[in-house]
Amino acid sequence: MTVEAGAEVAVSVPRLKAEPTRWGLLLRRPTFLTGAAVVLFWIVCALFGHLIASYSPLSQQLLGTNAAPSATHWFGTDNLGRDILARVIVGSREILIVTPLATLLGTVLGTVLGLAMGYFAGLFDTLVGRVVEAVLAFPSVIVSFLFIVALGPSVPTLILVIGLIFAPLIARTVRSSVLTERHLDYIASARLLGEKPARIMFAEILPNVMPSILVEFTVRLGYAIFTVATLSFLGFGIQPPTADWGADIAYANQNNALISGYWWQVLFPALAIASLVVAINLITDAIEQVLAS
Amino acid sequence: MFLLRRLGLMVLTLWIVTLIVFLAGQVLPGDPGRAILGNLASQQSVQVLDHSLGVDRPLLTRYLSWVGGLLHGNMGTSYTYRSAVEPFVRAALINSAKLALLAFIIVVPLSILGGVLAALFNGRLLDRFISITGLSLATVPEFVSGALVLVIFGVELKWLPVSASAGAGASDLSQFKHLILPAIPLVFVLFGYIARMARAGTIEALNSDYTRTAVLKGLRRSTVIRRHVLRNSLLPTITVIATQTGYLIGGLVVVEDLFEYQGIGSLIYKAAVGKDFPMLDAGVLIIGVVYVLATLFADLLLMWLNPRLRAEEAP
Repeated sequence: MTVEAGAEVAVSVPRLKAEPTRWGLLLRRPTFLTGAAVVLFWIVCALFGHLIASYSPLSQQLLGTNAAPSATHWFGTDNLGRDILARVIVGSREILIVTPLATLLGTVLGTVLGLAMGYFAGLFDTLVGRVVEAVLAFPSVIVSFLFIVALGPSVPTLILVIGLIFAPLIARTVRSSVLTERHLDYIASARLLGEKPARIMFAEILPNVMPSILVEFTVRLGYAIFTVATLSFLGFGIQPPTADWGADIAYANQNNALISGYWWQVLFPALAIASLVVAINLITDAIEQVLAS
Repeated sequence: MFLLRRLGLMVLTLWIVTLIVFLAGQVLPGDPGRAILGNLASQQSVQVLDHSLGVDRPLLTRYLSWVGGLLHGNMGTSYTYRSAVEPFVRAALINSAKLALLAFIIVVPLSILGGVLAALFNGRLLDRFISITGLSLATVPEFVSGALVLVIFGVELKWLPVSASAGAGASDLSQFKHLILPAIPLVFVLFGYIARMARAGTIEALNSDYTRTAVLKGLRRSTVIRRHVLRNSLLPTITVIATQTGYLIGGLVVVEDLFEYQGIGSLIYKAAVGKDFPMLDAGVLIIGVVYVLATLFADLLLMWLNPRLRAEEAP
């Protein structure tokens, strides 16, 4: 991703010396570069984690349980003697599969719904608006709960449930962007030309509201990580013994790791979640700043 | 007139809320009788229990009797405790309200201050610092920040008790002390949202014509900010504070579980784990109702504070 962007800048620099592209502006922001580097790091861990880690995340060493961080086990071990470092590295995989797909699903559904609500307005907008409002009345963790208890926790269920919960939130943002567009002249001329509503929505309005959709996607991605990690912590997300940051913290808590002084079993997975979330937020912030400038 | 329309929309939303809760409770595979009695029970006893719980009736009948019960203040009978759910829900709601209130009392002044400061230093280091910290705190899950403060202040420094419940008959001060640690993760999450809104509102007010006029007529900067900027910038912030009530309760599930507190969050969690659907439905429904009422309250407050909005809605 970064390589592609770099190439684009190299091409555009001779042509547009005075005015760099948005990508160029983004790549100059230290916040974006830091965020992207951290996310890239976790993507590499997710893809090649089993090759990087010196231990298997599942192999138990019952002679070395609850070992403090040392030269052999940098992040220590848990109460089954599993290597925490290996579990943190491999634990990036499931969350990096679930969250981008769920956010993408939510963004696509939310965009279609929001475009229709903003464009058709009137009764359709009022009715769908009520349903959106009703869905928003529940915290996403709690709605996820209801459905995951019903359907059983699995990766596809998580993606589907979180995607569906995010759709109304994204629809609301897209709708308000569309409302500011729909009174502009180009919409009126497109209508006079006899273009079909679907074409006006997707070919005329969509490109103009794309920046706010992009920002919404990155913001929601942060919340998706929040939601999935929380669900895993509560036992309704990614299931043990699969290595997962949220589930590992819950496991350590069940075994009273903190009270017993085994802080490394909670601290390292917690830092992993925090680093990913903060990195996504750095990227979001940089994109917002570039779009605002 | 406006009030009537607003109330009508609220009733419509509440009705959809009951539909969502009911249908979510119905897509559940497996039957409640089996879930309660376990795998070893005979098919006959499961059927008898299902019949006595009334879950073998058609969908529409069950919905109507559920909603009918709700209108009479009857939220159903818990599968686990075999008694009415209201006393449990009421006690849990009061406990949660205490925790939520404490979090709000801490976070509202703090986040408004943060947001306004960020706006006044828009684009500069202080603004970037407050904005990014706020956004990050808002998206770090409560169980992560909660576990960290638990270790630091509860286990290592031993400043504050690690459990949220002070025990029966404890003094108000002792209860308050027990609630400080659990309130911190909630404060973290709320800070980001509210500060962000306060910042956006203040920036908009700073760029407005009336602010420019006030500056040009030679008022001192502090007077302009206090009299002209803050008054207008805090309006959208009120709405956000109200809508955050809903998210706050979502956070309560985790915090109450982590700090062993008997609130609405832990009630929902235990009901979900124990497949106690009437209790689960009641808990989720209460949260929906609280959210709808909070947004209504915020709307009315805005109307009252801002006469212009009343005028716009009039026709």
